[in-house]
Amino acid sequence: MAISVKDVEHVAKLAHLEFEEKEKIGFTEKLGAVIGYIDKLNEVDVEGVEPTNHALEIKNVFREDVSEPSMDRDKILQNAPAKRSGCFEVPRMVD
Amino acid sequence: MKIHDLTAHEAGDRLRERELSSVELTEESYKRIEAVEGRVEAFITLTKEQAMLQASAFDQAMKRGENLPDLAGIPMALKDNMCTDGILTTCGSRMLGNFVPPYDATVTRMLKESGAVIVGKTNMDEFAMGSSTENSAFKITKNPWDTERVPGGSSGGSAAAVAAGEAFYSLGSDTGGSIRQPAAFTGLVGMKPTYGRVSRYGLVAFASSLDQIGPFGKDVEDCAMVMGAISGHDSKDSTSVNRPAEDFTKGMKDGVKGMRIGIPKEFFGEGISEEVKAMVLEGAKLYESMGAVCEEISLPSAKHALSVYYILATSECSSNLARFDGARFGYRAPNYQGFKDMFIKTRSAGFGEEVKRRIMLGTYSLSSGYYDAYYNKGLKVRTLIKREFEKAFEKYDFILTPTAPSVAFQIGEKSDDPLEMYMSDICTVPVNIAGVPALSIPCGFKDGLPVGMQLIGKFFDEATLLRAAYSFEQASGVHRQRAQLAGGGENEI
Amino acid sequence: MKYRTLVGLEIHAELLTESKMFCTCSAAFGGDVNTHCCPICIGLPGTLPVINKRAIEFAIMAGLSANCKIAGKSKMDRKNYFYPDLPKAFQISQYDMPLCTDGYLEIETESGTKKIGIERIHMEEDTGKSLHTEDGSSLLNYNRCGVPLIEIVSRPDMAGADEATAFLDKLKGILEYIEVSDVKMEQGSLRCDVNVNVVTDDGRKTEIAELKNLNSFKAAAKAIEYETKRHIKALEAGENTLKETRRWDDAKSVTVSMRSKEYAHDYRYFPEPDLVEMEISGEWIERIRKELPELPQAKKDRFMKTYEIPEYDAGVIVSSKSLAAFYEEAVKLSGDAKLASNFMMTEILRRLKDMDSDISNMPFGASDFADLLKFVISGTVSNNMAKKVFREMAETGKKAEKIIEEKGMKQITDESAIEEIVDRVISENPQSVEDYRNGKDRAVGFLVGQAMKASKGKAAPQTVNRMVREKLDK
Repeated sequence: MAISVKDVEHVAKLAHLEFEEKEKIGFTEKLGAVIGYIDKLNEVDVEGVEPTNHALEIKNVFREDVSEPSMDRDKILQNAPAKRSGCFEVPRMVD
Repeated sequence: MKIHDLTAHEAGDRLRERELSSVELTEESYKRIEAVEGRVEAFITLTKEQAMLQASAFDQAMKRGENLPDLAGIPMALKDNMCTDGILTTCGSRMLGNFVPPYDATVTRMLKESGAVIVGKTNMDEFAMGSSTENSAFKITKNPWDTERVPGGSSGGSAAAVAAGEAFYSLGSDTGGSIRQPAAFTGLVGMKPTYGRVSRYGLVAFASSLDQIGPFGKDVEDCAMVMGAISGHDSKDSTSVNRPAEDFTKGMKDGVKGMRIGIPKEFFGEGISEEVKAMVLEGAKLYESMGAVCEEISLPSAKHALSVYYILATSECSSNLARFDGARFGYRAPNYQGFKDMFIKTRSAGFGEEVKRRIMLGTYSLSSGYYDAYYNKGLKVRTLIKREFEKAFEKYDFILTPTAPSVAFQIGEKSDDPLEMYMSDICTVPVNIAGVPALSIPCGFKDGLPVGMQLIGKFFDEATLLRAAYSFEQASGVHRQRAQLAGGGENEI
Repeated sequence: MKYRTLVGLEIHAELLTESKMFCTCSAAFGGDVNTHCCPICIGLPGTLPVINKRAIEFAIMAGLSANCKIAGKSKMDRKNYFYPDLPKAFQISQYDMPLCTDGYLEIETESGTKKIGIERIHMEEDTGKSLHTEDGSSLLNYNRCGVPLIEIVSRPDMAGADEATAFLDKLKGILEYIEVSDVKMEQGSLRCDVNVNVVTDDGRKTEIAELKNLNSFKAAAKAIEYETKRHIKALEAGENTLKETRRWDDAKSVTVSMRSKEYAHDYRYFPEPDLVEMEISGEWIERIRKELPELPQAKKDRFMKTYEIPEYDAGVIVSSKSLAAFYEEAVKLSGDAKLASNFMMTEILRRLKDMDSDISNMPFGASDFADLLKFVISGTVSNNMAKKVFREMAETGKKAEKIIEEKGMKQITDESAIEEIVDRVISENPQSVEDYRNGKDRAVGFLVGQAMKASKGKAAPQTVNRMVREKLDK
């Protein structure tokens, strides 16, 4: 297999995802099949080829340093699953 | 002719000639929706109240004798990954099942300013990841040509809505073929503009360097009209290009005499059904009969496009989807211990399997030790693909290929094997990687199911594609067929 | 065994732009929670960043002021990690193509001037802030989220707490001078992390400890000293320290290991696809360079040369841009640089220290100060009297002229009046005259003192002195 269950567990941690034990193997297999396909890129010779980050050659897109009124707090908070005192509420962040 | 079978420009003509009011037109659309939506399931949200207000506003303006844009008063649909202020925007995901954006996407705003009537938000593969719309968390959209088959994806809802006569045109998004492939499966014209042509501000990002918004229409003129209304520089999108406004219908009827068409052999290999190949090559012959010259060309790096796509797109999406954690909006898991657990449980329950697979693949490609072999390698092979297209366009006006390897497949047929599903994109994906424009037009039928042909053009040369597509459709007449879905909106015009 | 401490600093400074880095929300400090927010800075789906040009220019200004090379090509990258105060779950920062590299600042040490290298200065955005409740929640306020930051990374060239403090002072002064940041640690517009390790002269070295939670330059200094001792202790015991992050506990004056993470951060940096690259032309850099105000070092050199004041004094005066401006204005109006400098170094600084404030809070301005100096120059008041006037000015804000008038502080310069006093004092103190005749020069001082007392301090001291001597020598 191109990828092991342990690899999947490690990547899942990075991505903040968790899988039930029973799903892990099936998921690992499917993911492995895709990685196996992608690994064909190893054969491609890219000697001296620069990476293309953007399809277009645009450079230097900026905005002037002008401030505009912000969005109403009510709208900012309108989708908050939990809020308190004008803030978004989450479980305590251990420092 | 049933009203719902009219093209958008035909409906527009009726409005301008005052044969129909926008309110009448919109009511027709809703009648049709009522009649067929149970079988098609193209929509997640219907916005009747707002639509009727938009329709009356148009009618009032007409009464005042105002000069209105071409798209004004015509009912349309938006894919549910485009933000609409105050209206549910789910991206086909449980993660955003209750998300109401407090702002409009730029295209939403532009359409509203053009007087468009938005009838609803359409179903899609979750977060635009899929080729069949079977990955939606809410419903499976059916192909109006055969309701046991998929409409394609990820913009399946937008395609089905137009093909079923529920809206006169719609917008979809295309990252690896998500407009073109559903257009092929549903007998519509669908266009992915040049990257940077249409603002992405307000489009929930899947793969930032590949995503583009584009139109579905019943014919080429519809697409050209919509392109004119949604294209343009947006200061809110740093990747949108600053070019003067363009009339995409200009030169559309000028014919293809003298055009040089490249036919890349790599797009006609194994993996593409024989009938589709044959039909596209017939299309090439039709072009020759109209005075164009077709030649076989080679784009050798195209065979790597799918791999490049599944590295770059998934890497970008793994980052774009990291904000979905239950803290500020969207779904939050009901039980957790601490914020980290809340993130993990929310994401694991809120995302479907395909989305999780792509996030994992992308995270893997970017992770320490793998970046060079995967992500960076992908960026370099991208350079090769782009260069090959650029070289081809030095000699050819456009490139002709099949859009999809087959006609619409059965619901459930490919959903178990991700790789097989990914293969649906083999002809469309190279286009997004290079950033060039492309469209799909119907070129025939196989067993009553539409077959699509893809035209790929130079950067910012949508005009050539529309012109070539227009010539084809006028000569072939394929686009005039409509899916036979009986019911509602029976008014004739 | 000789030990050498290596200290490196990682400093974040919030920039004084009008708007945030990637959106048009105000970057101003303060405001009710979540009232400086928009869909972009809270990372709502579909939103996109657009670079604030002024922020880039500020970063380049900082780079030029720190003798850095400015990149011809630069870009933004995504730094991916999950935390509730980071709405997009990535910070738009810079990874391998920062705006500025290879700079330095010079500091004064006991052994002379020393160059401290600056590895890089790059552009990034700030996160939101959190408040923790008693009942197990955290409340997120995204007002600061998206404010532009520059991160300045030094080379590990500092040898200990003193050099680190000197570097921080120098950097703070420069950033204040060019007005790109108000560098207030107490407001969070300046933050500092420290990297410390110790090497021995027989080639051993401890692992680098990263110290966080340093809320003042003093805390940084104490933390460095504590950590150095901790590392040396380990070395002496033949052990090594761990490569870790440690938190400075100011109350207990110790560093404490932060809960170790299960895995090191893998930030999965990749180029930000929503932003295009930057090409920074030579012309643009020159335009920025021309606009840079005179930096502290250059100003100090100029003051020493033009005003002929001692190095130490010049250094103190230029340490604050407003103080230097105050001084120059006063010199311009009064014409006496040395007098102005003396006064500043004594009375004004003392007053500022007492007030624990800066010159902008003085209840009078440079021209009022210049007026006082002019009274001293013209002899209207003596130096000593001027000090009293100054104190009154500082307390009440009244003009010098008014105070001198009201308190009758005018110096007595009238020779006949002074002669009268001197004659009286001499006649009242025959013993002193006798002492002087017998060689006790001290007697002059005594008589002068008595004359000054008799005149309530108003007699011109030099005149009194001269007259006493003249009369005694007769």
